[in-house]
Amino acid sequence: MTTSASALSLALALAMAVAAGLVGCFAVMRRMTLASDAISHVALPGIGIALALHFHPVLGGLAALLFGTVLVWAVEHKTGIPTETVIGVVFSAALAVGSLLTSGEELIEALFGAPRDLGPAETVLGLMGAALVIGFILRARDRLVIALVSPDLARTVGIDTARMDLLFLLAFSLTVALGLRYLGVLLMGSLIIIPAATAKHLARSLTAMLLIAVSAAVLSTLIGLSVAPLVHLEAGPLIIAVAAGLFFGSLLVRQRARQGPAVPAE
Amino acid sequence: MTVPGGPAALEVEHLSVAFGRNTVIRDLSFRVEQGDCLAIIGPNGSGKTVLFKALIGALAYEGRIAWAPGTTIGYVPQKLDIERDLPITGRDFLRAKAAVSRAAPEEIVRVLGLVGLSPELAEQPIGTLSGGQFQRLLLAFALMGRPSVLLFDEPTAGVDEPGQEAIYAMLRRVQESEGLTLFLISHELSLVYRYAKTVLCLSRRRTCFGSPVEILTPERLHEVYGTNTSFHFHDDHLG
Repeated sequence: MTTSASALSLALALAMAVAAGLVGCFAVMRRMTLASDAISHVALPGIGIALALHFHPVLGGLAALLFGTVLVWAVEHKTGIPTETVIGVVFSAALAVGSLLTSGEELIEALFGAPRDLGPAETVLGLMGAALVIGFILRARDRLVIALVSPDLARTVGIDTARMDLLFLLAFSLTVALGLRYLGVLLMGSLIIIPAATAKHLARSLTAMLLIAVSAAVLSTLIGLSVAPLVHLEAGPLIIAVAAGLFFGSLLVRQRARQGPAVPAE
Repeated sequence: MTVPGGPAALEVEHLSVAFGRNTVIRDLSFRVEQGDCLAIIGPNGSGKTVLFKALIGALAYEGRIAWAPGTTIGYVPQKLDIERDLPITGRDFLRAKAAVSRAAPEEIVRVLGLVGLSPELAEQPIGTLSGGQFQRLLLAFALMGRPSVLLFDEPTAGVDEPGQEAIYAMLRRVQESEGLTLFLISHELSLVYRYAKTVLCLSRRRTCFGSPVEILTPERLHEVYGTNTSFHFHDDHLG
């Protein structure tokens, strides 16, 4: 890989991490922790079909994610069944179908990610996708805050909560698609949720949560990508292991903060 | 059920709200004047909160709900399930409303002053506020952008008796200073008697609408609640 290609590839990985940190904050606050993992599974049948038809697996994964998201949103709004239930059923079924369509090494790559060289067009498309997600979250953050506190209050200030739900789920799916190359179907949901869960422990305001989540996601990605070639391991699982380490570290910090400063002995 | 008078803030005609086969509100009609204070009373499950949700457009309904042209609504819900460690401060919440409703940032200071909530409390995560503090924050949220109508679902739920008086006195003060038309859901009949100008009672047995003197009689209350309901009131009715 040339230096400029490496720089572009790194830029894309970091943009993905920023998008994951931002989307994750609202996913965690909306109590979508378990649903988030399930959402990423729907990429699998798309990847399987893409491999069978010889086109880019990430594009297949993205198409399946967007289709699955719209399906979940439509079922939820038509039937009133909670999002978690619909996501649990639709995306677990997708995992089963995807496993049947994909096999052997391809399945392992789809599940855990396998960084490959990207062409300039793919990189630019990825950067545009990340910019779209980051722009949406920053622009919609006030509406998202009001809707998560109370959908009824959101309606009184003119927020279309159904549309907001759809846009957020699409932003979530797009973020998962951005991370398929590095982290695969199983681990990308974790990069969205773990840094945000870390931030929720440490932050006392919205801005602080967004900043901590983005920092944790970027730091995990940087460390994972840097250490992987040195220890001859895949970057994806390393990125998530670092993110999980930061999460457990945040538990210690929170516990110390709750205990407060020790009272000096007389 | 109409009371003729000044310009209407709200006209409701033949309103029905159903969840599947369960009709909660059936053929309800009433009219509220601008600047009025309407209290909605009735036993649990009579559809008071459902009526509010229909009025703000959060529920599908049959019939007609007509707000006066240019009406803006502030709404204070009864109870919200907020996680204790949600990292959203009162100021985050109010700033979000200011941004969405394009209100000036100074509005935050003004509404905090109106409801008597200190700037220090507004910096705390909303999940750590007490019930009364959180309710004041929701009222500040509702008042931001100077709505013409305020819907308040059980202002005194879980508040002790002196606290109830203080909340109603604050609401009266805010209504006068902001020129609001006020809709209250309440179980505190003595406070309703003192502060409301009109009363709407909802019940599966019977629905009625009129002044507190007409509605809050032992006979009417027995019809609505199905039990002998009494309340203490003073002679300083303000309505």
